[in-house]
Amino acid sequence: MTTTSTLTFDAAGFEAFLASRKDEPQWLTDLRRESFSHADAMDWPARRSEEWIRTDIRTFQIKKFAPPVEATAGDVPAVHQLRDGVEPGGVLETYDSQVISESLDEELAAKGVIFGSLERLCREQPDKVRPFLYTVVDPDYDKFAALHAAFWSGGQFLYVPRGVVIEKPIYLGSTLSDGGTDTAHTLIVLEDGAEATVLHECNSANPEAAGLHMGAVELIQKPGSHLRYVNVQEWGHKTYHFAHQQATIDRDSQLQWTIAAMGSGLSKVNQSVDMVGEGANCQVNGVMFTEGRQHLAYHTQQYHRAPNCHSDFLYKSAQQDKSRTVWRGMIKVDKVAQKTDGYQRNDNLVLSNHSRADSIPGLEIEADDVRCTHGSTTAKVDEEQIFYARCRGFTQKEATRMIVSGFFQQIFDRITIESVRDALAAAIARQVREYE
Amino acid sequence: MNHILKIENLHVSVGDKPILRGVNLTIKHGETHALMGPNGSGKSTLGLAIMGHPGYTVTEGSITLDGEDVLAMAPDERARTGIFMAFQRPMAIPGVKMADFLRHATTNVRNPDRKEGEELIPMREFRKELKEKMAHLRMDVEFARRYVNDGFSGGEMKRAEILQLAMLQPKFAVLDETDSGLDADAVRLASESIADIGREKMGLLIITHHDKLLVHNPPEFTHVMLGGRLVETGGKELAVELHEHGYDRIRKSYPEAEAANQEMLAEETAV
Ligand SMILES: Nc1ncnc2c1ncn2[C@@H]1O[C@H](COP(=O)(O)OP(=O)(O)OP(=O)(O)O)[C@@H](O)[C@H]1O
Ligand SMILES: [Mg+2]
Repeated sequence: MTTTSTLTFDAAGFEAFLASRKDEPQWLTDLRRESFSHADAMDWPARRSEEWIRTDIRTFQIKKFAPPVEATAGDVPAVHQLRDGVEPGGVLETYDSQVISESLDEELAAKGVIFGSLERLCREQPDKVRPFLYTVVDPDYDKFAALHAAFWSGGQFLYVPRGVVIEKPIYLGSTLSDGGTDTAHTLIVLEDGAEATVLHECNSANPEAAGLHMGAVELIQKPGSHLRYVNVQEWGHKTYHFAHQQATIDRDSQLQWTIAAMGSGLSKVNQSVDMVGEGANCQVNGVMFTEGRQHLAYHTQQYHRAPNCHSDFLYKSAQQDKSRTVWRGMIKVDKVAQKTDGYQRNDNLVLSNHSRADSIPGLEIEADDVRCTHGSTTAKVDEEQIFYARCRGFTQKEATRMIVSGFFQQIFDRITIESVRDALAAAIARQVREYE
Repeated sequence: MNHILKIENLHVSVGDKPILRGVNLTIKHGETHALMGPNGSGKSTLGLAIMGHPGYTVTEGSITLDGEDVLAMAPDERARTGIFMAFQRPMAIPGVKMADFLRHATTNVRNPDRKEGEELIPMREFRKELKEKMAHLRMDVEFARRYVNDGFSGGEMKRAEILQLAMLQPKFAVLDETDSGLDADAVRLASESIADIGREKMGLLIITHHDKLLVHNPPEFTHVMLGGRLVETGGKELAVELHEHGYDRIRKSYPEAEAANQEMLAEETAV
């Protein structure tokens, strides 16, 4: 642990946190205070609730973590897997959620693109931030969401004005120190017809690092906009990761959201895409690859609130050692959302006798003219496949590696950004174990 | 080249069920052997045991290649020493492109000492060779971009096995019913392809129920398996006889082996 402070996420910690927010606008402080009072009044999630029954947080002690009051200094790791071979249009790096560097191409700034520290922009351009902040994620969803809303710091804001197309990807790098806390809030707004690609990677100071990430992502897409958002999550393997990630996409907009979750010791993530305008289209690609005693729980929702929308969620997970993944998917269709086309699927490759995959697809449909399909599969690596490959000269490890990457290939086939495909393939290859 | 693959008194069990009961077979480089026999007599088991399938336990006997103990080798080491089998039922590997699979396989087999993670043979060079071989086998180049055996028709799978044989150029190859599931034209093509690859450059063990593969690859020896034993060995004319008249004569002449065969079949249906 590098934290020397004894502050935690209680009233004293909150006051100290507020005091450390210099020149924060009153409206934001008010929001924080309200959220803190809600958080304070809330219980931790009940163990028996459907959402938490598979995810045991009894070992989680928030007292061990301090709110990000002071900026912690540290080096950003050399790994920048999503930046390799990419010329970014803007870069923002955070360390324990404090922004340590930010830049944006002048040409983009001239077009009205706003990009940088969310906290700074709350002060400097409240008219652009305030109308959007917390319009998507519910700060009262649970205690983690409320605590985040009270204690969020640093963070990233991207605003793309009407009709502006950003060709070069925007790069976000988040680093967490060993024992540190990250409460960054990510807010991305695309106005009508705007287009952007955002690559966001999360790393810890070292692969075994402990830490706490309590975060939120809000993606807001106005009609006809087009966003590709990629998140590679490689938090250290003793890190807790609680996040609420949600998109609201309007008429004829398109969202391609790719999540690769390979890090953290325990994750509980709620991901939702709300389609609020006719003809909205979203594709979600999820990769989970776990080892050791990792526990990753992703609860996804594709929420059809308007007619003629298309949603396509594919999660592929492979579990090694004693790790476990939980995927719980829901397609929700409102009565007005006729002609919905919804697809959700979760495939699991269980790589050890001691690992486990829970897969719970779900539908909640109130419209009558819809097409919704869902499915889930869970299988082990087939010994016959391994033998076949070995007869062609592959070693046991090479064969397994190949079969695992083949398993994820279906996701790669859907990812249109080459550098992202390469980064994911490399990340997966790094984590493949030697199997018996 | 005087490579010799020698199988002596080979006994193989699956679990505690004996399947092969003392097989003796010597294949010299450049020779073609046909292996025939009724269903369930143990032909595929012999192939799988030669490759080292972990589910098939050798309880007695030996397999050597040029005097080296093959049984002590892992399946991939066997592949790298130059032993190959075209599978009766090849496995699908979804998400892995045929070309990538073959590039890795070819690299390993041609550089038996290669360590994991070392360079593969250069893409350009490999592509060129693969393209040539595919053209030769009259295969569409599109084939190389498909996932290994995934959604292949029975015939496509068998042709893919022949392509692998052509690329890996082993010293010894077992072809396990590489002709089954192929239409008449495809069998002729397969048969020609094998001859083209150069049966004189390999020792071949062709497992078949037909005689088509043998037309372009006339065997010097034909062996008949029954009840896990090679009960008779002859020349090409034996293959012709069996193909035309079936196994009645064999079954009658070797009642003990026939009884063993029936026993295995009975157990199979009992499962
Ligand atoms: N993995 C296995 N588990 C159980 N029994 C097996 C297994 N493999 C082979 N056998 C049994 O061993 C016997 C021989 O099988 P094998 O596949 O070698 O026959 P074959 O001669 O190749 O037959 P076919 O002409 O039908 O291909 C059969 O009774 C079969 O059921
Ligand atoms: Mg067989």
